[in-house]
Amino acid sequence: MSTFKFQSSKQPPKLQMGVIDWTMKNLFSSKLNIALSFGAFYLLYLIIPPLLDWLIFSADFTQKSNAECTKEAACWSFIRAKIDFFMYGLYPSEYYWRVNLLLLITLIFMLIAIVLKNHIYKNRGILLMLSIYPFIAFLLLYGSETFAIKIIQTHQWGGLMLTLVVASVGIVASFPIGVFLALGRQSKMKIIKVLSISYIEFIRGIPLITILFMASVMLPLFFTEGVNLDKLIRALIGITLFQSAYIAEIIRGGLQAIPKGQYEAADALGLSFTQKMALIILPQAIKASIPNLVGASIALFKDTTLVLIIGIFDMLAIAELATSDPQWLGRKTEGLVFVAIVTWIILYSMSRYSKKLELRFKR
Amino acid sequence: MLDFLSNNKIRAFLFQTFSVVVLIYIGYHGIDNLFFNIERLGIRSGFDFLNNRAGFDIAEYLIAYTPDSTNLQAFYVGLLNTIVVSIVGIVFASIIGLTVGIARLSNNWLIAKLATVYIELFRNIPILLQILFWYNLALIALPAARHSTDFFNLVFLNLRGIYFPSPVAESGFYWVIVAFIVGLFLSFFIKRFFKQKHYLTGIKQPTFFYHILSIVVLPLSVYFLLDSPMHFEMPVFLGFNFEGGASFSIEFLALSLALSIYTATYIAEAIRAGIESVDKGQKEAALALGLSKAQMFKLVLLPQALRVAIPPIINQYLNLVKNSSLAAAIGYADLVSVFAGTVLNQVGQAIEIILMTMAVYLTLSIFISLILNIINHRMRIIGLNE
Repeated sequence: MSTFKFQSSKQPPKLQMGVIDWTMKNLFSSKLNIALSFGAFYLLYLIIPPLLDWLIFSADFTQKSNAECTKEAACWSFIRAKIDFFMYGLYPSEYYWRVNLLLLITLIFMLIAIVLKNHIYKNRGILLMLSIYPFIAFLLLYGSETFAIKIIQTHQWGGLMLTLVVASVGIVASFPIGVFLALGRQSKMKIIKVLSISYIEFIRGIPLITILFMASVMLPLFFTEGVNLDKLIRALIGITLFQSAYIAEIIRGGLQAIPKGQYEAADALGLSFTQKMALIILPQAIKASIPNLVGASIALFKDTTLVLIIGIFDMLAIAELATSDPQWLGRKTEGLVFVAIVTWIILYSMSRYSKKLELRFKR
Repeated sequence: MLDFLSNNKIRAFLFQTFSVVVLIYIGYHGIDNLFFNIERLGIRSGFDFLNNRAGFDIAEYLIAYTPDSTNLQAFYVGLLNTIVVSIVGIVFASIIGLTVGIARLSNNWLIAKLATVYIELFRNIPILLQILFWYNLALIALPAARHSTDFFNLVFLNLRGIYFPSPVAESGFYWVIVAFIVGLFLSFFIKRFFKQKHYLTGIKQPTFFYHILSIVVLPLSVYFLLDSPMHFEMPVFLGFNFEGGASFSIEFLALSLALSIYTATYIAEAIRAGIESVDKGQKEAALALGLSKAQMFKLVLLPQALRVAIPPIINQYLNLVKNSSLAAAIGYADLVSVFAGTVLNQVGQAIEIILMTMAVYLTLSIFISLILNIINHRMRIIGLNE
């Protein structure tokens, strides 16, 4: 009688690759790949060691003066000495707290918005915050005589703070205009449609810098004598006009993604045009275009650097300006690299976020 | 009584009339202010200034230009410089972008990662910052004119620019160009002839040799028959800088480098998206039909990938042209910095100058979108959506 004999199971096939396996498969799988890998290693060897040496190993992180730093490596004490300048521009240092306070309030508002996520008062809460925020921001950054908050003129604003102000005003203010333009482009009313299309295509066909030039030298000529708009406000108008055309095209994309049945259902329910748009169509269209809207915000954030050409001191302009200090001559590279790192971190996280959103919306 | 307001047509009419009236009112007011301000500030109007003497020097010009030239000529100089830097940028951005885009899909881990790092690094730094960075780096790293780096004593590089021998055409050179154009036509007909033959008989012949013969050998033989009607003018160091030959300024180099590096990241992503958009089944089907790998790539993968990739790539070309206006930041003599910068400062006629500048960019972008539409039309899938 044969009895069942227990047999130990076989080893499972190896799922994990060893280092050597991995290298053979991913780096040296063919003759071409071997050549490419070695070429790439050589390229890295050429770039990485000198770069790291300049950035870190030979660089100076203490508080030396310019003369004590070497010419061959980065002198980060320059950034240390000028960090306030990079962040706030010429904003008077005794009022830095106002900028910081605004930043804190912004973070708190964002936190509230996250906490309110599924609450019934979410929309009302966010609307309330959105409506009071501009006033708080204005009072803190600019000031007001009636409330006895010292006024800081905008030509003293600068640095990262100004970059953020320009970018966020541009993003927020262009949104409603963009929505109206997108609706106008879709409209059955011929004149409105033609006007919207010409505006959008005109703006999209010209570089931002010409719009900024227009805002800074041409716009004042159109105002009544005595009305003198602030330079920053003019730049903001230019940026908003520019961005709204791009937002309009994105929202139009969202509108096109909405099935016809939605329009027909809204009509069948007897909703008016405003109701139909505000309650049925736009919420869906805007939601569908959120990833692209983040993309457009990234582009705008990059474009804000252009204000330096019309003489507004955003962070990049500060990098140029800070080295004109005779104490720190010849340290422009450090300034530019520092600004590059800061903007890269901001922009990279924004683009990661937009990728994440895109994946979430695809599902 | 207000029942007529419920009529959609009437409402549309009223709304449009209202918008037009508002626009006209704003426009009228603005223009009224404009005329008043122009008079008050003593700014002249009209396009007469274009014929006035410019009175300033431009570092780089492709057409004859001196301070005695007119503002209109300065405008053309700027426009040509914009076009030149755009073309150079587009060519290099395409080359880098294509390489990086394909590298990103490589099965070599290191190459793919390097390509990703390249894209993520340069895409997320504002283009203006990159322009300033390369310009600054060039000024630091390059030697002064006296100690120029030379390559075989032909090409010289210093912190003012790159200097190289320029070809100078002599009297007979005209015929070489004629021969080249004839060669191009010939090559076109050769292609048609063999295509027709392939179509009718199924016999496919390699045509590469005939193309070389007509495009390269024909003009070259004319060139040598006419006893080389061209010589090179060498750049010579005189006192402070090089004279003669041809040159590109360091501003031009920095600008085109930054533009191509930046735009290449977008082109690479477009190419990757195009290749990834082709269904895997297409590849497998092509191989199953017995096509070779090269044929599969050329006949199946590429046409479909390009259909997806080309529209965003052309949009990026358009962006590059627009971004070239950032030349103003480093003083490369492009349209914006010459015309909307120097000329505007001298003449002060902001309206005319800004509008002219905008019109140029608008024309350029309409031109590029026209090309895009033509390409889209030619590449459409015939039978789909028709």
